[in-house]
Amino acid sequence: MPPNPGAWLVTTARNRAIDRIRRERVLAGKIQLLPTPEAVMDEFDDTVIKDERLELIFTCCHPALALDGQVALTLRALGGLETADIARAFLVSEETMKRRLTRAKTKIKATGIPFAVPDAHLLPDRLDAVLAVIYLIYNEGYSGRIDLGSEAIRLGRVLATLMPDEPEVHGLLALMMIHQARQRARFSGEDLVLLADQDRSLWDHAQIAAGRAALDRAFALGGRGAYVIQAAIASLQAAEQIDWPQVAGLYQRLADLTGSPVVELNHAVAIAQAGDPAAGLLAVDRLDLDGYLYFHSTRAELLRRLGRDSEAAAAYHRALELATTTPERRFLSRRLEEL
Amino acid sequence: MQYALMIYTEPGYHEALPEAERQAVRAEFLALADDARCVAHVQLQPVETATSVRLASGRMLMTDGPFADTKEVLGGVYVVEAANLDEAMELAARIPAIRLGGVVEVRPVVAP
Repeated sequence: MPPNPGAWLVTTARNRAIDRIRRERVLAGKIQLLPTPEAVMDEFDDTVIKDERLELIFTCCHPALALDGQVALTLRALGGLETADIARAFLVSEETMKRRLTRAKTKIKATGIPFAVPDAHLLPDRLDAVLAVIYLIYNEGYSGRIDLGSEAIRLGRVLATLMPDEPEVHGLLALMMIHQARQRARFSGEDLVLLADQDRSLWDHAQIAAGRAALDRAFALGGRGAYVIQAAIASLQAAEQIDWPQVAGLYQRLADLTGSPVVELNHAVAIAQAGDPAAGLLAVDRLDLDGYLYFHSTRAELLRRLGRDSEAAAAYHRALELATTTPERRFLSRRLEEL
Repeated sequence: MQYALMIYTEPGYHEALPEAERQAVRAEFLALADDARCVAHVQLQPVETATSVRLASGRMLMTDGPFADTKEVLGGVYVVEAANLDEAMELAARIPAIRLGGVVEVRPVVAP
């Protein structure tokens, strides 16, 4: 069985976002920041009251702020997490996180970033930025370091309450809930467990139902955006019998929407799962993703299924070279031994 | 509050345009200058005219050229009055240099 396509998408979105954060982190490290009076932070915290949560979300996720600052500020201001918790979640010192928060707050104040819900003509872009931050927080949690996943879902719920008519908000909430519901089944000890091998009794079925309800709401609102489609895919993959042709169709729409080669890769997997591994492999081989772990692990799985074992072994070796986490390495080594 | 909109472009980007387009671009620059929220605007002569001056061993040292060797150079500045960064950004977005490959840096101005 090939690895869980949904997880690939999530992993990629996460890696892309983390890469961007890392780049900004390096840049920030090069800039000597002047110490900022504590008063700036306190003033900002004190101006916030519960009824202004929506304004606060849009301020925290303003694109003029560095992405890592947006994430930290959102967790601090809306998640109510302590600075030390956020620092732990992102594997940086509390001092670094404190500076990051201060820098973001100082910029809000100094540059006049408005404390307001954006005007209608700005709203679509700005809402995208908010959803991206929440999804990034979720994906940090999905990697299993600390439970930011639940925090992101809580934020998603808050946003869905505050903006009940935005389909993508419900789509993102649905996506996060359905993924989260399978979290406990994704690992057996240290080992990754693929979708097809997961113990479904470990799934949180109430959470899946709640996610599907959010997805229905998104559909009812006419939602056809990237989060809605990803949630629809996650929902199909949580079914007793996975309708792979339909999953493939959804990945095709997502690929058309995003132009992402990683989505194309998932599309290829769905084609293979729908019964045509040769067509899947053809689609995979058209992609330019040589530095990407899941490109090689997917090729390996498809080659193995087509009985081309020596080519499969070569692809597994290439994937192993690119694997960074212990569960991934163990998984690939096991596959290689089984050939 | 006031914001400086600093326009960075590749030298010659404007001259390279066909005449009709060049006039359209000029009209867009002038329209922004005429906006009631625009409090000041300057257009700089080409970068070839730049001279940089710094102190070296206690003497003023003049060198030909801009201070930084970058592909895009500062070509002009608007100072606008805006309620907040979003409004300043909307004004900045009207600068035609952006769609012609340039970059506009937006910075709040220190209040007098």
